[in-house]
Order: sequence, then structure tokens, then C-alpha cells
Amino acid sequence: MLKKLTIIIFTTFLLSVSANAGSDGKLELNKSPSIEKKTKDCFEKLNRATFAFNQGLDKVLIKPIAEGYRNLPQPIQKGTGNAAKNLSNLITIPNNVLQGDVKTAIINTGRFVLNTTVGLLGTIDVANKMGFPKYEKEDYGQTLGAWGFGPGCYIVLPVLGPSTIRDTGGSFANVFGGDPFYNASIHGNNEFLSEGVFITTKAINGIDFRANNIESFENLEKNSLDFYASVKSLYLQDRENKIKNNTRGKIDVIYSDEGDWEEIND
Amino acid sequence: MKIKKFLLILLLSNLNIGHVFSLEPDVFVQSTVNRASEILSKNISKEEKIDGLKDIAKETVDIQGVGYYSLGSFRKNLDKNQKKTYFDLFEDYFLKSFSSRLSEYTNPKIKVQGKKILNKNYTMVNSLLIATSERPEIKIDWRIYTKNPNNPLIRDLIIEGLSLARTQKEEFASILSSNDNDINVLFKTLVEFSNN
Repeated sequence: MLKKLTIIIFTTFLLSVSANAGSDGKLELNKSPSIEKKTKDCFEKLNRATFAFNQGLDKVLIKPIAEGYRNLPQPIQKGTGNAAKNLSNLITIPNNVLQGDVKTAIINTGRFVLNTTVGLLGTIDVANKMGFPKYEKEDYGQTLGAWGFGPGCYIVLPVLGPSTIRDTGGSFANVFGGDPFYNASIHGNNEFLSEGVFITTKAINGIDFRANNIESFENLEKNSLDFYASVKSLYLQDRENKIKNNTRGKIDVIYSDEGDWEEIND
Repeated sequence: MKIKKFLLILLLSNLNIGHVFSLEPDVFVQSTVNRASEILSKNISKEEKIDGLKDIAKETVDIQGVGYYSLGSFRKNLDKNQKKTYFDLFEDYFLKSFSSRLSEYTNPKIKVQGKKILNKNYTMVNSLLIATSERPEIKIDWRIYTKNPNNPLIRDLIIEGLSLARTQKEEFASILSSNDNDINVLFKTLVEFSNN
């Protein structure tokens, strides 16, 4: 049970650092997906305490590891990042299908096969060099969002960081059959994969993300009046964009309260 | 007859002047980033760079508009004196925060890719911060306020789909709601930030 919990935590970590959420306080179908209500911070005091704990953990453990990781030779970092990204296809592909995007599912399957074989277990992004469309990660939280489920309350998870009720729930799908890599590692009968390999892979993915964002986080923290609120806002905006597959700013998504600008125009 | 002719010439001249001096939002953005890039690539101290960036921001950003928006509906509760205090503090905060964020970059190369006119008041200009060996390319959209076409102003930067104005607004709202909507706490926070 403890092992399973640990795996859920790492899986959620992967999702929380590479994805994000947005909207009202109730986990229910949205009547109008384009205009989501503001996400409620139902547990703000607890969230702020957890956020402070995570910041402390980051300072003493995660950031130093990420800085060490950055000292590795560039090809090793690049190869590690590519391999982790390649494995995420195994969650992205079923979510492409669940969202009705069969074409992208086929493309991502081709990408995964090519990168895993010719690309030496995903360390080389051969598909990208061959001109495949840009890879966009998908997860079960995004699929729930695409189906019209609101995010529920905003929550900050210990170690894992920002999330929502919907996205935390979505991450449980990974350990209940939704992640083929998890299934092969934990339940597969082979000598190459194990729980240790699975957890290490997820941890490396998190460190790779942190290492790529050291300056961005420092800059954000330095220039924030309320760092907790800034992270929350950026997380929810990012998640909203990912659910709606927006790569550029969309006015109806960004300024749900456009009226606030209208008054200023006069 | 002469008066009519004179008025007609005057009207046409004014139309012509308006046309000559109106500034296309994409040209405005490219010109602004070129100016900022020039300052950032100069061999001068960080403080001098920050001062240069502040001057550009004062000319090109609608600081008052962003300040209003950042307060949300709460601005309706302020009296005249509080509004003045707020704008003074907000300008100091904004300029410091804005220039400090940008001064971390050295010689950034931003390429304007296109624009989309949203309505008579707004145009969205799309640009790309070119990738370097240390970071990937970054999409930056500029929300330009074009009510006065002769003097376009930046109202928001949207980086990879994340709005700085909205983030700032939610940050201010959080400070106010955590402190019984006491505007003086926000004033104090702004002062502390600017003095640090």
C-alpha cells in the first residue's frame, strides 16, 4: 500500500510539474466550457502552509539536486530529458484517444515507436528531426477538463506542488491501468523494469523540469508581492490553456473578467 | 468661399497628419523591443540598464491602465487621495518589477511574427523570443491598447499563454483578501517591495 502511495505521489508530481488546472470550486460539468468560473482556494491556510513547506524542501533538497543535474554534460541532460518525454507518450496517447483526437494519437504512437527504437530508448528525438508535429503532453486531468469537468478546489500537495481536485483525481488513473509504463514496471513479469526504475524515471523527470526553470522561479519569486498567489495564478492559467489546447493567449480565457478592462477604456 | 476652402484644406491637412503619425502596433512592438535589446546588450552596469528600461516602460506601457486593472473592482472603493497614493506606489512597483525581470536577459532577440486586430481598442501582436543554447524559444504576445492610434500603449504581456496582468491582478486580490480588504496593507507591501 505504501509503495502504491509513493508511486501515486511521483506520478502526480510528474503531472503537476508538466501540466496544470483551472476553474470553479465544484467538480461538476461546466455548462459553458469557454467561460470558466474562478477556481476556489477552499483550503488556503493549509495550502499556504504546504507551499511554505515545499519551498523549504526545494531549497534544501530539490534545487541543489537540480543545480547538480545542470552541471552534467549537455548531451546527458538532453538525452535524459528526451527519454522522460518519450515515456510520457504512453499517457498522452490514450488521452488523445479519450479526447477524440485519433489522428494525434496515431502520430504520437509513430513518434514513440520511432524514438524508442531508432532514437535509442527515446534519448534522441528522431521524430522531431524528421519534422513530426510539435509534441504536446496530455494527461487524465486534461481529459476530464476537456470532457467538461471543472477543476474543483485548488490544492497544494506536499512535495508535488500545485494541483486541483480534478487533476489529482485524474492522476489516480495512472495507477489503475492508465499508464502502460507503470503497468509494465509494477505488474509486468520482466527483468528490466521494476518499481525502482519507475520511481527513478519519474523523479528524473521532475528534476529535469526543475533544472530547466531555476532562473524563471528565482525571477518570479524575487518580483512577486505574494509568491503563493503568483504561482497559483500561473498554474491555473497554464492548465486552462492546456485543456483548451491554446498555445497562444486567448482573450476569453485570459480575461474572464474583461469588464474590468472595459471600464478603464473610458 | 475663401473660408470654405481654408477649412477644407485645414481638415485635409489634419487627416493627413493623423495618417502620417499613426503607428502600427506591430511596428511599435518591434521598435520597443529593439530599444530594450539595445540597452540590454550595452556594456553598462545593471543599474544603468534598469534605468534605461524604466524610461522605455514609462513611454510605452499604460501603467495607469494596468494599475487600475490590477486592483479589479476594488478600485471603486478608493477615494481620490487613496487613488493618487496607489498610482504613485504602483508606478514605482511596476517599473522596478518590470525592469528587474527584463534586466536578467542579455541581448534578447525578439521577432515580431504578426498581429490580430481584436477591436478598435486592442490589437494583439505575436512575437517570438528566439531560442539560445540555454533556453528554448518563447512565445510572447503583446496586448496593445490602440484607442489613440498615434500613441499605442502596452497593456499586457502574455508569455506562453500566461498573462502578466492577470497574474498581478490575482496577486493583489490575494493580498487584499488575506488582510480584510485593507488597502493600507497593499500600500505597505508596495512600499516594501520598492524599497528593497
